[in-house]
Amino acid sequence: MVEVLSQTSDRSAEFETQDLLLNVGPQHPSTHGVFRMVMTVDGEVVRDVIPYIGYLHRGAEKLCETMDFRQGIGFMDRTEYLAAFNAELSYVMAVEALADLEVPERAQWIRMILSELNRLSSHFMFLGAFGVDTGVFGTPFIYAWREREALIDLFEEVSGDRMMYAYFRPGGVAWDVPVNFVDRVKEVLISSAQGIDDFDSLLSENEIFLARTQGVGSISAERAIALGMSGPSLRASGVDMDIRRDEPYLKYDQVEWDVITGEHGDVFDRYYCRVLEMRESIKIISQCLDRLAPGPILPEKMPRMLRTPPGEVYLRTEAPRGEYGVYMVSKGGNRPYRCKVRSSCLSNLQALHELTVGEYVADAIIILGSIDIVLSEVDR
Amino acid sequence: MSVELFGTSFNPWVDAAIRLQLVVGFMTVVVMGLIYAERKILARFHQRVGPQKTGPRGLLQSVADAVKLVGKEDLRPAAADPWTFELAPYFVFIPIFLGFVIVPWVQGWNVRLLELGILYFVAISSISIVGWVMAGWGSDNRYAIIGALRAAAQGISYELPLVLALLSAAMLAGSLQLDKIVEFQSAVPLIVWQPLGFFIFFVAALAELNRTPFDIPVGESEIVGGPFVEYSGIRWSMFFLAEYAGMLIMAFVGSSVFLGGYSWPFGEDFGLPFQMLLAAGKGGLFIFLIFWVRASVPRLRIDQLMGYSWKILLPFSFLQILINGFVLVYGLPHIILLITGVLSLGLLFWVTEGIVQRPLEPRRRRARPTIVQEAEVS
Repeated sequence: MVEVLSQTSDRSAEFETQDLLLNVGPQHPSTHGVFRMVMTVDGEVVRDVIPYIGYLHRGAEKLCETMDFRQGIGFMDRTEYLAAFNAELSYVMAVEALADLEVPERAQWIRMILSELNRLSSHFMFLGAFGVDTGVFGTPFIYAWREREALIDLFEEVSGDRMMYAYFRPGGVAWDVPVNFVDRVKEVLISSAQGIDDFDSLLSENEIFLARTQGVGSISAERAIALGMSGPSLRASGVDMDIRRDEPYLKYDQVEWDVITGEHGDVFDRYYCRVLEMRESIKIISQCLDRLAPGPILPEKMPRMLRTPPGEVYLRTEAPRGEYGVYMVSKGGNRPYRCKVRSSCLSNLQALHELTVGEYVADAIIILGSIDIVLSEVDR
Repeated sequence: MSVELFGTSFNPWVDAAIRLQLVVGFMTVVVMGLIYAERKILARFHQRVGPQKTGPRGLLQSVADAVKLVGKEDLRPAAADPWTFELAPYFVFIPIFLGFVIVPWVQGWNVRLLELGILYFVAISSISIVGWVMAGWGSDNRYAIIGALRAAAQGISYELPLVLALLSAAMLAGSLQLDKIVEFQSAVPLIVWQPLGFFIFFVAALAELNRTPFDIPVGESEIVGGPFVEYSGIRWSMFFLAEYAGMLIMAFVGSSVFLGGYSWPFGEDFGLPFQMLLAAGKGGLFIFLIFWVRASVPRLRIDQLMGYSWKILLPFSFLQILINGFVLVYGLPHIILLITGVLSLGLLFWVTEGIVQRPLEPRRRRARPTIVQEAEVS
């Protein structure tokens, strides 16, 4: 009798299952690059996540120290290859602050138009990749690609390159935009607006998409701030913070636009904040186009080799993924003594553990997608 | 005892073997066409061109793929269970092709018209789940194990609504034999009397075939192909072939049971060529619907998938059987079937809105982010 009892008690121990260690990445279709996370899963539920980063570390910050200010722009392009204009912007603005350069009006408007266009193209990339993460076979990806292609064609016409533009220079821009620039931007804006509508009807109103994304991976405003999140991922939690409005740079204080915030901080809000933000970007760009007047694009007295007085500066801008800051120290001369990039992706990635634990494996994938990381910016 | 085939008498077993061989041979070619069709149709949905370099308009793409796959090395992970791993593709492949036995292609063209045809089809096609589990378990891969367990759970859950939906159609037709069901529909196809049954069948068929939005066991963006992640070469292509053959047979069974197969409209009056056109057209329509769904909806999560089957599809398929029973026992007019069917389909959609949610989670529908007006900038 006793043996029988002990057997039953043993059996309850027998049913205790072992957690499974699941390695996702670095080669995995949903890690958006070379990101690795080791998940401990209990059946379908994630119990623990350990992210591993650094597969794409190229030492861009250190390399900047060996190059002069003009050459450093190229490294900034490569840290944030989906929104290179925004990355360049932070860098050149930091250099300008150090060297005390005055940027001409026209150059500022051009910079603003291109940064916002790049925000559009970057968010399109997010929408496409996120759609694939949720499991639609290719359709959102190709739709996003179609719109992004138009934008990138425009960037190529302006800067000569499709990805690594190196077009913003300390003091202004490298050369003036093509003569038909305004018409081309207007064309692209029309097609982009159409593309956003497509996404609204393809994903935002889809019942399965809503069931998958709403209430998943929520994070409170307090925790989001504590973890140092920024950009749309932060605003989705209801934090009303946008550097473009709070610390206006370029000409953001001269155009009419709204800051988009979410309510629940879940995956859907992070997704939909970006969609609405794209509509705001279109608003901003069309206002900029009206204000774009002929004029110089570089200061009058631009030295051939830019040298800065000693000093240090931290300059941040609102990149598509959040706060992209550049901390630069100069000890005089033509190259920075230290150039540190504050990456929004790295900070946003801190929230991954908190967001993912307790969710399903399938949700872990879309949560990672909803943070919208660019691995080259995380690792630099 | 002998059977007539091509004007010659055969032993029934030999005859059945020849017929099945013909069907399988023919279907393999059709399946290759189907793969090409899917690639082209999905490409249209994506605003792409699709295959175009292999042969005229890329028609030989499937052939090229097949040649490539046969030429590939048949890899097996070192830690895999050899027997389970190597046998799994057959367990998926053979049952699905055996399903072709009962399909009445057109009048008088078939392998065998079994009296319990539907029962046979359901029984034999569910064996392939064993193959999925074997593939996942034998591969010694964690993605594969997760995929296999998902496949088992999903296959078992959706088998029930599928059977019940087919059964409710068979109740009206008064037979489980597929050609009798088809001929029963020569005036009105059963989808008119069984809209709810057809919807349940279509959804359950998508799940049985592991097609989007129920491609959870494969989950290309999560578990990277699930049970097939370790397969390559010819074994992988067997899984692939079985998937499309399963789609084909599901389409033909569905069109036979609900859309009137070769018989509606006027199929029996116009002879064989017209019947072929009807059968191919209806099967093609069914398959096109599957492609369409694949190109446009995201994947469900596993708990939502199970909840949808057990909480919604299963009760509603019982409801359909109940309605059919009342109508048949009390001899009520068939129009009641149509009315109740449409009403209960509406009820199903309405309930679905509320239930496919995570348990114990407050319902948050269309919680759109608000727009904060620009604050005063000093």
